[in-house]
Amino acid sequence: MAQAARTTAEKIIAAHAGADVSAGAAVRVDVDLVMATDGNAPLAIELLKRELGAEEAEIDGSRIVLVIDHCAPAPNAGAANMQVAMRRFAAACGARIYDAGSGISHVVLPEQGDVLPGMLVLGSDSHTVTYGALNCLGIGMGSTDIAVAMRTGRTWLRVPETIKVWLSGQLQETASAKDAVLALVREIGVDGATYACLEFDGDGLESLSMEERLTFANMSIEMGAKCALMPVDGVCREWLGQRVKEPPAGEWSDPGCSFAAELELDLGAVRPMVARPHDLTEITELDGAEGTPIDIAFIGTCTNGRLSDLRRAAKVLAGRQVAPGVQLIVSPGSRQVLAGALSEGLIESLVAAGALITTPGCGPCVGTHQGVPGDGHTLITTANRNFRGRMGNREASIFVASPEVVARSALAGVVTGAVPTGQASER
Amino acid sequence: MTPTSIRGQVRRFGDNVTTDDVIAGKYKHETISLDQLAPHVMENIRPGFYEEIDPGDIIVGGRNFGCGSSREQAPALIKHVGIPVVIAESFARIFYRNAINIGLALLECPTLGIEEGDLLEYDPARDRLTVAQRGIELTSTPLPEEIRAIVDAGGLLAYVKQEGSL
Ligand code: SF4
Repeated sequence: MAQAARTTAEKIIAAHAGADVSAGAAVRVDVDLVMATDGNAPLAIELLKRELGAEEAEIDGSRIVLVIDHCAPAPNAGAANMQVAMRRFAAACGARIYDAGSGISHVVLPEQGDVLPGMLVLGSDSHTVTYGALNCLGIGMGSTDIAVAMRTGRTWLRVPETIKVWLSGQLQETASAKDAVLALVREIGVDGATYACLEFDGDGLESLSMEERLTFANMSIEMGAKCALMPVDGVCREWLGQRVKEPPAGEWSDPGCSFAAELELDLGAVRPMVARPHDLTEITELDGAEGTPIDIAFIGTCTNGRLSDLRRAAKVLAGRQVAPGVQLIVSPGSRQVLAGALSEGLIESLVAAGALITTPGCGPCVGTHQGVPGDGHTLITTANRNFRGRMGNREASIFVASPEVVARSALAGVVTGAVPTGQASER
Repeated sequence: MTPTSIRGQVRRFGDNVTTDDVIAGKYKHETISLDQLAPHVMENIRPGFYEEIDPGDIIVGGRNFGCGSSREQAPALIKHVGIPVVIAESFARIFYRNAINIGLALLECPTLGIEEGDLLEYDPARDRLTVAQRGIELTSTPLPEEIRAIVDAGGLLAYVKQEGSL
């Protein structure tokens, strides 16, 4: 009896379950890699000892990687002590650790070739879905699941349905991948893809660089998706080839497999977008000056903190000055991104424009440090979330947009998509 | 370990309650102690919630309850402050999974018409939920079998300890 036609998610899960599986089934699978950050690793390490009675040295650290990125370097003793526990755990079980300053997990792991096509990776962070851009099934989980996976090398899963997203056309010069994924969040809705896998395909994909694809996959969790997946095409193979000798071929869905839904996104029709405070249910085109005065502009995060993001922001800011009273905070996504930005003179032009550069890491994204807003403050950020209180103060309001829109708003002092007028001073 | 019948006062929330709403990132990055986090429960969307509630109160939400970050402290804190069950039209995936893992009961069923302060009763044996004063009587969708096993064992950690592995 011929094998039934399966989606990419079904095929990757089947390979890790050692059996053919179909959407809806509950299965136990082997996990290739468990990633945990200083966001949720400390609780997982505590549960391993307290609940599972596992000595740290008993744990097989070869399939574990820890990352210190949310509070890097530690802003208070509580965070510092949790990081001490992470370093001790890594040393005891032989797990790798990207310590403070290495960068954000979802920038560093793809960048360093730790997540590869066909792998099944669990992360202690909901944006683990980012790895789908590399045909790697990345799933976000809580500390208990992470502790169990660290201890047993396995987890339990319900095989997801798949929603096929056909990308067509090409982004115009005035629009970016962030605008496109915001348009998709608006179309699918914040819970439209709950439990599902978002499988991206179509000729529009070929026009997107790997960094643009990582931005796309990163925000699939904002639609509720369990995971995102993209094919291993020429662009992906070339990128992987710079990182690992023989990149795995990965998986792709069989012709004739069944999708829960299919939809199309014409990249050519995408225009600059903005998500308004306090969640992603209000996303609109941003045609001219929108007008709301801003106090903080933040460029970075696992969504838009990569080198191409800093390039696009620096291009807008070159030779100009951030509006008086506005703090422009820039957090390079990793040490490698920072080094690249230095060598290309991006940091120089950002600093000349008035930017505050932080340690590579999450920066002020989750409200722990490096840019907590004041009461009544308005922020515009390239992050993926603007929930009330997200950046550390419930009395502040947060807009979400692309690096260009955030840079333009920092210059104008108001939320705007308008290109700055007047001559950039030739310094 | 399915709980006996639960009776409690409703604490009403709307759609898309996030795990940042339940416990803000800035607090959970400083401590993993639920006692220290408890006073900040729901602080972002309902300041003073910790002082208002009594143990046994029941949270009722709308669609997509628990969306956003995968922090397990969100369901763990709700359980820790004495709330035995969360009822919502739908739950975000990671929150649903974390709640099962730590033994917080969740019920998915229509919640329109259930108001703040109503007295709600849930009979787990018959998956039946009633709000007498509103004339509301509903059956909630029972848990899938493989999840029932984890809940009955008292959560994933207890299940793994009991089974020896996964
Ligand atoms: S940058 Fe923000 S969204 Fe990304 S991992 Fe860090 S805190 Fe989470």
